Amino acid sequence: MKILVAVKRVIDYNVQIRVKEDGSGIVTENVKMSTNPPDDNAIEEAVKIKEAGKATEVIAITVGEEKSQETVRKALAVGADRGIHVKADGIIEPLAVSKILQKIVEKEKPDLVFMGKQAIDDDCNQTGQMLSALLDWPQATFASKINVEEGKLKVTREIDEGLETIEINTPAIVTCDLRLNEPRYASLPNIMKAKKKPIEQLIASDLGVDINPRVQQIKVEEPPQRKAGIKVASVAELVQKLKNEAKVI
Amino acid sequence: MGRESMEYDVVIIGGGPSGLATAIRLKQLDSELNVCLLEKASEIGAHILSGNVFETRALDELLPNWKELNSPIKTKVSKEKFLFLGKTKSLSWPTWLLPAVQQNHNNYIISLANLCRWLAEQAEALGVEIFPGFPASEILYNDDGSVKGVATQDMGIDKEGNQKDSFEPGIELLGKVTVFAEGCRGHLGKQLIEKFNLSDGKDPQQYGIGFKEIWEVEEKNHEEGMVMHTAGWPLDNNTYGGSFMYHAENKQVFLGYVIGLDYKNPHLSPFDEFQRFKTHPAIRKIISGGKRISYGARALIEGGIQSLPKMYMPGALLVGCDAGTLNMPKIKGSHTAMKSGMIAAETIIKYIKENKDLSNYEEKFKNSWVYKELHAARNVKPSFSWGLILGIIFTGIDQILFKGKLPFTLKHKHADHETLKPANEMPKIEYPKYDNVITFDKTSSVYLTGTNHEDNQPVHLKLKDPNLPISYTLEKFDEPAQRYCPAGVYEVQKENNVNKFVINSQNCIHCKTCDIKEPSQNITWVTPEGSGGPKYGNM
Repeated sequence: MKILVAVKRVIDYNVQIRVKEDGSGIVTENVKMSTNPPDDNAIEEAVKIKEAGKATEVIAITVGEEKSQETVRKALAVGADRGIHVKADGIIEPLAVSKILQKIVEKEKPDLVFMGKQAIDDDCNQTGQMLSALLDWPQATFASKINVEEGKLKVTREIDEGLETIEINTPAIVTCDLRLNEPRYASLPNIMKAKKKPIEQLIASDLGVDINPRVQQIKVEEPPQRKAGIKVASVAELVQKLKNEAKVI
Repeated sequence: MGRESMEYDVVIIGGGPSGLATAIRLKQLDSELNVCLLEKASEIGAHILSGNVFETRALDELLPNWKELNSPIKTKVSKEKFLFLGKTKSLSWPTWLLPAVQQNHNNYIISLANLCRWLAEQAEALGVEIFPGFPASEILYNDDGSVKGVATQDMGIDKEGNQKDSFEPGIELLGKVTVFAEGCRGHLGKQLIEKFNLSDGKDPQQYGIGFKEIWEVEEKNHEEGMVMHTAGWPLDNNTYGGSFMYHAENKQVFLGYVIGLDYKNPHLSPFDEFQRFKTHPAIRKIISGGKRISYGARALIEGGIQSLPKMYMPGALLVGCDAGTLNMPKIKGSHTAMKSGMIAAETIIKYIKENKDLSNYEEKFKNSWVYKELHAARNVKPSFSWGLILGIIFTGIDQILFKGKLPFTLKHKHADHETLKPANEMPKIEYPKYDNVITFDKTSSVYLTGTNHEDNQPVHLKLKDPNLPISYTLEKFDEPAQRYCPAGVYEVQKENNVNKFVINSQNCIHCKTCDIKEPSQNITWVTPEGSGGPKYGNM
């Protein structure tokens, strides 16, 4: 069984996001980039399944600019066997990514495709679902537990009401939640070994996929700053202010 | 379980200017050499913080064609100013009356973090193996006592010291020579200096704490290439320090403040002095209407050659500010750090190939321009122990008239942790409230550093005596850790009327000030799990 895992390079979750002065986007210069956190969980799960003897190969794939390769390299350092980098510059929307993934799935014929439930930069939460539609494969989103069985998966999903366990047939798409596992650290010897693992480089346009954005981004702005709170002397004053100033009661 | 080990010709600890210069020079001299470099930050540059007005002298020697290599050295200094600040007034000092060491017209305004990232690219292109996210946590010794290498930190240890599921043991990295390039107050360098008595016969090391903020200012207030320094307000005559303001590219201004850690008043808060400094009319007018986009702090070396330890020992060398090569009157250490690394590399090649002793490092260092520079600079910092005014007068005589050639050397008398006076003997300082426009609190400042440490790991700020902060330091010095820490790591909290010392180690921005200034040397900074700490951008 082959598992394809999609990873995305995003601004590190610890970095404070800054909007460009002209509102044309966010500042990515001089900013630390990392793998999208739930994508780390996706890789970890795939590697665990392989270690349990239930998969034979884990392939990490990313779509993005030249430096996105770093995320694939990191996946290789924690146990993926080989990598694919589909080079594409600029904003690549979820539909374009899922179409690229569709092409790669047709070529690589994996049994499972894993990825994070959503990327922390655009928060779209669409790629997995769109890929599922394009391939007409079953999907399990927000997975916090995955059991691999013969020809099917038992997946526990994080849903609003609690946990839901579903069974789907493979091949399938699974998008992973942060609760799925604790990603391992890349050890120094494994980082060195990862440098020697192959990364196949492809160019998005060569795959015959139209990656032009379909959404026009008009303006990016910071959320308005919260005003400082005030202290009130008495309950009566609080009620009075809520009534007359805030007008909420 | 035994740790895996890997052997190299040279193992370098720290990816700052000195470590990277060492690595590059080694591979230039012998491309066959196996060289690896460890860095505790998540990427090269993420723990680097510096002014920085860069003198290219060492880089000119290391990579003479740096201008053709798309280096991030772009903004030449075009204008210089020096101001003495009073509370509201300022007096501009003519730059021709500044000592030559404080003139910057051939220098560049750069981000040292970005320079390091670029140097790392050059090093990797030469075949240096760079491992960010791997702090060296332990020195390994041979049976004969010589340094054998280092071990990296175990990853995946919980608060109580147990192994988590993600546990990944550290690795032993063994080198024919190990080069320690951790920067000011390196935690391994500190152990080596003690073990090999490297500071015997030297003055106690002197430190400062440096703050830096990056501001995006309005176009009309920006003068690319402008370098301004100030002395005076808000510090009193007896506290050593001053500010810098460098107008870099992209409408950015690098604004910073350095305060000598030999200050005496335990009520002094370096962070608040810096915040208050920004409200001076001469500063406020430049940053008002602008936006603060970065914040950080780091301790720096101020001791000069009087305090410079022996830089070699069996199997290992100290380079850059892990030893202490910063030139204080120049307020520059990058070029001297790089040069010390290059000299170290040349020594190591001779050691490996011709079996020449590592002690040659010291001799070569003494014959280099770095030493000449540091020698001429040696009397400036100690003269300020007489106060700002006498210090300036003496420095004028020493640097302008005698060009650093006075026939005597002033001594540093005290280590910085010895200088605090009891809290009840010193005046309390009332700092103004933060306005969240020009001045900010520590919490929102640390937020800008992108600092994080994995939550469930042992506290990396170790107390020798866990009771001392409350039983002694609070009583006598009003626990100054609450104030000297630029990140709000230390707090004294009252719980049911009982004082409790709290260490928020997750906030730590790796500046090392606590390790230096704690009056009883009760706090030891050790490496947290790899990749922890700040994620500085172009600092």
